[in-house]
Amino acid sequence: MQSSPIKWLAPGQTRIPFAVYQDAQLYADEQRLIFRGPTWNYLCLESEISGIGDYKTTFVGDAPVLVVRDGDQEIYAFENRCSHRGALICLEKAGKAAKDFQCVYHAWSYDRQGNLKGVAFEGGVNGSGGMPKDFCKEDHGPRKLRVAIFCGLVFASFSEDVDPIEEYLGEEISSRIERVLNKPVEVIGRFTQVLPNNWKLYFENVKDSYHASLLHLFFTTFRLNRLSQRGGVIVSESGGHHVSYSMIDEARASAVTAETTQTDDYKAQGLRSEQTGYQLTDPSMLQGFKEYDDSVTLQILSVFPGFVLQQIQNCLAIRQIVPRGVDSTDLHWTYLGYRADTPDQRETRLKQANLIGAAGFISMEDGAVGGFVQRGIAATENQQAVVEMGGDSTASSASRATETSVRGFWKAYRALIGA
Amino acid sequence: MRPIESARHAQSNTGGSTGLRERLMDFHASYIRCIDTDALEQWPAHFAAECLYSVTTAENVREGLAAGLMWANSRAMLEDRITALRHANIYERQSYRHIVGLPYLLRSDMDEAECETPFMVARIVLGNNTDLFATGIYKDLFDLRADKLVLKRRIVVCDSTRIDTLLAIPL
Repeated sequence: MQSSPIKWLAPGQTRIPFAVYQDAQLYADEQRLIFRGPTWNYLCLESEISGIGDYKTTFVGDAPVLVVRDGDQEIYAFENRCSHRGALICLEKAGKAAKDFQCVYHAWSYDRQGNLKGVAFEGGVNGSGGMPKDFCKEDHGPRKLRVAIFCGLVFASFSEDVDPIEEYLGEEISSRIERVLNKPVEVIGRFTQVLPNNWKLYFENVKDSYHASLLHLFFTTFRLNRLSQRGGVIVSESGGHHVSYSMIDEARASAVTAETTQTDDYKAQGLRSEQTGYQLTDPSMLQGFKEYDDSVTLQILSVFPGFVLQQIQNCLAIRQIVPRGVDSTDLHWTYLGYRADTPDQRETRLKQANLIGAAGFISMEDGAVGGFVQRGIAATENQQAVVEMGGDSTASSASRATETSVRGFWKAYRALIGA
Repeated sequence: MRPIESARHAQSNTGGSTGLRERLMDFHASYIRCIDTDALEQWPAHFAAECLYSVTTAENVREGLAAGLMWANSRAMLEDRITALRHANIYERQSYRHIVGLPYLLRSDMDEAECETPFMVARIVLGNNTDLFATGIYKDLFDLRADKLVLKRRIVVCDSTRIDTLLAIPL
């Protein structure tokens, strides 16, 4: 149960107390009840630790975690914390072919499954000192996490009670992960974006299909407006996961009526998004290639509590959200290509990567807007955010002018927090 | 080739690379000046029409990962960057202060020079704090054939993997 005194004044998910982005006690509750609770947290790609002894260090919420492939080809994850004095066991971000892991402080060592195997001077020196005779190494390993692999994505959980990964994701979300990760991928770049805001503000932003065409003006400014495309938002039953997508509507593609209507909508409301007169000097960035059986040109998918899989045209990336305190969040970007890419296809991905990340034409604003909220909500006391676009439901929606998946997030969040 | 160019090359071939070094210094001064004074429209002119400009990290370079935070293989893409910054992207008004170190010349011939130059960039958002925003190295390939140096390739290798909030203005 939530120990923080924050009051949720209204039932349902349409009012969010601003205090949830500022309260240290709630942050601690989230760590315990969400990140170390019955959730699956993304650690890495299976292909990033493809060899025996390959490892990465990462985080589940605040908790430092070491993820390793052992000699049995299985992947293991355990807390990256020595059970002696609590120092980090492994300091590197990643490495290859480790035989074991040894804490630098007093040389306690662990095997690749996280079992404590060696205690320096356990039997003392020259017959004196040493650990008590009844000290049992088996009782002193770091906490182990459950590991599940789905489509090459490695997830872990501190909980024994969490649903199996396929059930946790549900069929609709699973199938849309499979749609993108249907063949071997490789990492083409990694970047970390430091966000000056609470982690939830970023996760909500990912789920918020309402803001996309209003905050991000790149496509409209360069008259690349695709808003008339068909699309929709899928919210999982738990509320916690979502997919927002758009697709070329072949039937309407040749007709200009939809485009005109859309433009008129923006004009009528005097929205900033309606701008004209600019063209790309080098349009090659957006001259992508078709690589999926459907006509989906954009698919943003999130898995509660901190994973995002993104396909924007041919630009693929994973985003891992790591909270770093009440008002700071690390966003780890992993840019992807397919292993079978031709050089031309790979070049297209490199060009389209200009759309995303900290310098992305269509996502740089997301790095800043959470900070605008974080600063704006100072001293709000009992005031609340309004999340009512599209009504009060958390159902899937054919319109993207809705906050249904944001409400879905709060549904899953409040269920776990017990609020 | 114009006589003055031949003289420069003769000088660099016999008396070290003093002439080239001076031209490199002039280039860097012009490059950082145009960014730091918000004359961003002049920035693409520091590149050849066919070029490579990429902003990445030491970690990506070490692992041979090609993607960049910015990645352009034409001057036109750099022009589009600036048009987007001016007319599309939303970010708080900000400026940079670049300090570049001494260029280290890896190799040069009549036509081109390969060079590494360290940089530090402070960022000032809305005239508030001056924050250290990025440090790193410019890994450059210059075209020496015209009077004015232009970049055939600039890989901006940031020392850190972390970028605070957003990277709007180019490095």
